[in-house]
Amino acid sequence: MGDRQISNIQPSNRGDTRSGGTSSTLISFENVSKTFPDGTHAVDNVSLTVEPGQFVTVVGPSGCGKSTLLRMGSGLLPVSSGEVRRSEGNLGYVFQDATLLPWRTVQKNVELFCELRGFDRSERRKRAKDAIDLVGLSGFNRHFPAALSGGMKMRVSLARSLTLDPPLFFFDEPFGALDEITREYLNLELLRIFAHAGFGAVFITHNLYEAVFLSTDVLVMSSRPGRILKSFRIPFPYPRELDLRFDPAFAEMTGEVSEVLRDE
Amino acid sequence: MSAARHTTSRLRSSTYRLGPPIVVFLAVLGIWYAISLSLDPDRQFLLPTPNEVIDVGFVNQDNLFQVLEGLLWTVAVSMTGLVIAIVLGMTSAIMMSQAKWVETSFYPYAVIIQTVPILAIVPLVGLWLGFGFTSRVVVCVIISIFPIITNTLFGLQSVPASFHDLFTLHSAGRVTRLLKLQFPNALPAIFAGFRISAGLSVIGAIVGEFFFRKGIPGLGRLLDLYRARLLTEQLFTALVFSSLLGILVFWGFGFLGRLVVGKWHETT
Repeated sequence: MGDRQISNIQPSNRGDTRSGGTSSTLISFENVSKTFPDGTHAVDNVSLTVEPGQFVTVVGPSGCGKSTLLRMGSGLLPVSSGEVRRSEGNLGYVFQDATLLPWRTVQKNVELFCELRGFDRSERRKRAKDAIDLVGLSGFNRHFPAALSGGMKMRVSLARSLTLDPPLFFFDEPFGALDEITREYLNLELLRIFAHAGFGAVFITHNLYEAVFLSTDVLVMSSRPGRILKSFRIPFPYPRELDLRFDPAFAEMTGEVSEVLRDE
Repeated sequence: MSAARHTTSRLRSSTYRLGPPIVVFLAVLGIWYAISLSLDPDRQFLLPTPNEVIDVGFVNQDNLFQVLEGLLWTVAVSMTGLVIAIVLGMTSAIMMSQAKWVETSFYPYAVIIQTVPILAIVPLVGLWLGFGFTSRVVVCVIISIFPIITNTLFGLQSVPASFHDLFTLHSAGRVTRLLKLQFPNALPAIFAGFRISAGLSVIGAIVGEFFFRKGIPGLGRLLDLYRARLLTEQLFTALVFSSLLGILVFWGFGFLGRLVVGKWHETT
């Protein structure tokens, strides 16, 4: 723990996600725990940091508090104890559900965050157009979400967050509901965008292959209450191609991660 | 070739759709004739034959115009009442959605308005406000406001939690949340409410007139009048027009709803 100061914060105290760190660290969780009012102990003493250029994935069994971790990181949920520090700047947050407003077209959905942040019309349009182009959905601007496939909805959701150029992204099992083929394709797309936009990321999944394929770092979380069991640095250089999945080194890596999960 | 087959199949499907109701209509007409003609001649006024109804109730211009004038008046009353119910109902639902204490304080009374039999309230309204236009409109408002309140409130409150999270993450205020999230989310429910209330408002206008006998007679007064004078043919005319009005209003609001939310919401 060293000279880090750990403060205990009352659960009812909202807004304990501090902005403005000292270094370039995008976000740091310091000994964060969460107990819900009903007594459920969801997260237990988790510490992790994300630096620019890092893609940190948290894998763990379902219900282990992975999503709770992100909700605390974003300030949507107060921590029970410990501290979250987040650097200045917007946060990109992609939920498992694409959460597109059904009454808005793709264009209007992507413009939403800029709208909420008070950008003027031409700036909104420009940013939305760039983001839509980046996720490869040019030509679908006027479609309503109901007309899109699951994968396309996730792209729109991603584009919506990209409009604010966030230095840090949270992904809460964004591809969990998609079929394997779409998932693989979107993994590649995400890496392409990661390279292009240069954000740091915290990615949640229970898919080991996805975790190892995408990340610079993989953290394995235990079942409830969620603790970090082990962290792995993933050595494969970017850009990564799908072939990587058939590399023996990749299999070995996922095997190691899998073992930690199995021992749990 | 395939286009031709397409047309045939469309023709066939519309035959399937329209055929059965037409058969039922003709059967009812047949039974009607049978009963009417089997009645004693001095009791036939109870159920005149369909062609008599048409002759006296629709072809006779004086009779027809009387009913049409009544219809116009009923439309004016019920639509005024509906507009007021919409404004009041939506306003109160929005206020209830904004503060829990408003909802807990007032919602029970909205339920009570709904459960009190309208026939019990009507005479009271007459005593207080007289027996003219105002009272009739008030009855329409009372009978039609509840579906607007409940549907609007339901729509405003049924926004998925994750949508609220999005708005929270981008520090949206209460008004932004209402205008950009809750209100659009509520639109399909609101239009469903309009449709129910519009029909109720027509019923309110007609029922109210059984008690309010001042001013121009609307459909309700005519129905009562024809009943009292045993003018069965005209009674049928008035009945047909009041049903048509109900159907038209229901369909009209359905159409309006599809126009507004049909692009993104399928079930209207």
